[in-house]
Amino acid sequence: MVKENTSKKLASGDALLAVRGITKEFSTVKVLDQIDLDIRAGEVMGLIGENGAGKSTLIKIICGIYQPTAGSVLLNGQEVSIRDYGEAKALGISIVPQEFNLINTLTVYENIFLGNEVLLRSGLLDKGTMRRQAIEQLQQLKMSLNVNRLVGDLSVAEKQMVEISKALMLHARILIMDEPTTTLTGHEVETLFNLMRELKRQGVTIIFVSHKLKEVKAICDRVTVLRDGLLISVDPIEEVKEEDLARKMIGRDFTQVFPAKKIRDKSDLILEVNNLGVKNLIYDASFSLRRGEILGFAGLVGAGRTELFEAIMGLRRVESGTIAIDGKEAKIRHPRDAVDLGMGYISEDRQGKGIVSNFDVTKNITLITLGNYKKHLLIDFKKEEKRAEEFKKTFRIVAASQKAALRFFSGGNQQKVYLARWVETEPKILIFDEPTRGIDVNSKREIYEFIHQLAERGVSCVIISSEMEEVIGLCSRVYVMREGTIAGCLSDEHINEEEIMFHATGIKGREAYG
Amino acid sequence: MDNLNNKSISMKIKGYFKDFKLSEHATGAGFILLFILATIVGWPSFLKIRNLTNILRQISYTGIIGLGMTLIIISGGIDLSVGSMTAFVGGVTIFFLNIFPGDSILAVVLASIFSIIFGGVCGLFNGLLVTKGRIAPFIATLGTMSIFRSLIQYFSGAGNVVSENIHYAYIGSAVYLGIPVPAWVFIIVAIILHIVLNNTQFGRYACAVGANEQVARYSAIKVQWIKLLPYVITGLTAGLSALLWSSRLNCINPSDCTGYELDAIAAAVIGGTSMSGGKGSVIGTVLGAIMLGMINNMLVLGGVSSYLQQAARGLVIIVAVLLQYNNKN
Repeated sequence: MVKENTSKKLASGDALLAVRGITKEFSTVKVLDQIDLDIRAGEVMGLIGENGAGKSTLIKIICGIYQPTAGSVLLNGQEVSIRDYGEAKALGISIVPQEFNLINTLTVYENIFLGNEVLLRSGLLDKGTMRRQAIEQLQQLKMSLNVNRLVGDLSVAEKQMVEISKALMLHARILIMDEPTTTLTGHEVETLFNLMRELKRQGVTIIFVSHKLKEVKAICDRVTVLRDGLLISVDPIEEVKEEDLARKMIGRDFTQVFPAKKIRDKSDLILEVNNLGVKNLIYDASFSLRRGEILGFAGLVGAGRTELFEAIMGLRRVESGTIAIDGKEAKIRHPRDAVDLGMGYISEDRQGKGIVSNFDVTKNITLITLGNYKKHLLIDFKKEEKRAEEFKKTFRIVAASQKAALRFFSGGNQQKVYLARWVETEPKILIFDEPTRGIDVNSKREIYEFIHQLAERGVSCVIISSEMEEVIGLCSRVYVMREGTIAGCLSDEHINEEEIMFHATGIKGREAYG
Repeated sequence: MDNLNNKSISMKIKGYFKDFKLSEHATGAGFILLFILATIVGWPSFLKIRNLTNILRQISYTGIIGLGMTLIIISGGIDLSVGSMTAFVGGVTIFFLNIFPGDSILAVVLASIFSIIFGGVCGLFNGLLVTKGRIAPFIATLGTMSIFRSLIQYFSGAGNVVSENIHYAYIGSAVYLGIPVPAWVFIIVAIILHIVLNNTQFGRYACAVGANEQVARYSAIKVQWIKLLPYVITGLTAGLSALLWSSRLNCINPSDCTGYELDAIAAAVIGGTSMSGGKGSVIGTVLGAIMLGMINNMLVLGGVSSYLQQAARGLVIIVAVLLQYNNKN
């Protein structure tokens, strides 16, 4: 049935899925503006753009997770209203999310059938049928995977296969893959691409979300570029060069986003880490940081960058090696020691490790420095409030109500409160872990400015980022990590994508990136 | 025109109540409702001073412990051992008192201090199991609940532990300014812990740890200390309660104080403390404890079967949690 449709629609050039005039606003921020897009049956459509370009929002609207502010979604030329993901699945639209929704303590086949279990007449689970169907499914896709294994024991690539099988078990006609290659190695990417070709042969339409141009070039039939919520172009893949796509994605030179770099190779060393080791995570890491320097840490997800700095902050046990601050060896057993030595760490996980969502702005800002507001044994509320007011002004934190819990604030405002808390500690070294993940271009610019101002004032900043352009645009020196080790240090004109990827993957040349 | 007027009036009224959140006032409102209800049901005996002070005395033993329990729950833990701990500490305190010959007042003073400190030590034990031993609070204190109970049964030979000092009974039965001493202690501890919770760094950090332990850890808060201290404080309150209870009766029976943990937790929950941690109030617990006492009293005065009394308090606990939960969504 699906295949018949496919050929007919292809012949007439009609779209299987179309969006018309899709606009999406969050409070007052427009993240998608009048998007028109046709996706043809049986094609692999690349959807590319920088972080914050609107890719995720668009696919979430197609999947019914978000409702558009304006515009419509058409399936086979008919307008459909998709109110939640369940309805999308019923219409044959499935998503393979970037972060997997799998249960580690269940087996492969149990995960594949999660929520769609086959039952016996008695109401008990029909495990035999489910197992058999799962095996058939995997064979059909030419994947070798034992359906009885626990998902928790699988590699990332294998988990992704399970996630794909799960989507296909629902007879998906349209499969949306959200940055599927982010955490895969080169070989695994090739396996994934073979699987995608097989799916395409079977008539499945794929939307491939990515910001890796080489991959898009390798697998897609057509490619759509989004930038700042606008649809920039839709091109057949053979008609565009990677460089054109890059230009369309960025739409400006790096230098416009990033303030001018300042080289500080003359200032004194403030932090020296020698042969630091953390059990099973970090091996022999050595690096140094200068006063007022903006230092980058690049690498693939899972390379150990976060873990390295958590260890330095006293959040993980250091097994070996030394840390010296201002030339003096530092013993850091608890984050408090690190704070007292003038270090701060701003986590990538704002909700889980950053803000106390039921505290108001003031309580969140003074969380670390509350000891400074004590009068005898009690907190001096007036003094605390006054300080918080200063921060609200300088950081332009917009409060709905003075005493409102932080969970009622926008993500941007939460982030500002989180930054304010650490600035309040008057750090000498501030570590930013993925400081701009999931925020819009303007806020990004604000944060880059903010980091530069800190550096101007002599604060040394460490930027851990998986966004290549961020590291390249911001940092005067970049360390690249791979599998728990520091694989290389780049400076000046050597800071570019190829050099970083070369060190991050350990594979030479351009293939490293594909 | 008329319609418009109506609208603007109703808007105005809504405006007045814009900032009124039921959950923030639920405990107080419930308290007043229950008081009125009890007055009617228990007319005229309920409103007699003697009856009211009696209620206060009855609830102070578990109420005092409930105050400490509030801090534990706010910081994300729970303590099931407080009932057994109270009986254990009370028994050991009387043993300690009986070491001193004769009716020495100094011995009573020493025993009082001993009781409180020993309670603190028991609490510290719980706290160390939770923090150093990394055992889930529910399990750790379920264990010590058994241990404390078993120890007092063993030491007492399953019989009453009786004080030999005639002054001892004075502490628990004395009345000052018309209010029984246990009620005074309840009020004073409530004021102290209210200030600890709201006006000290520890109180703020206890809320932060209970709300999100990871955030607290990443904010350089010494999470283990913040989690340990509430257990010690609760131990101290259990010690106080043990002192008041054992001196009231001048003895401890090894099966005394069974189920105190439930009343203490119930008082905190009725008072609006969230079982998931991070949020709560000491004043709420005071109201919660008194409400539990009023329900009992009202049912007794109303001639309701004592078997149904537990059902009534169960109902109140469930309603209190429902109010909390519904407001969250």
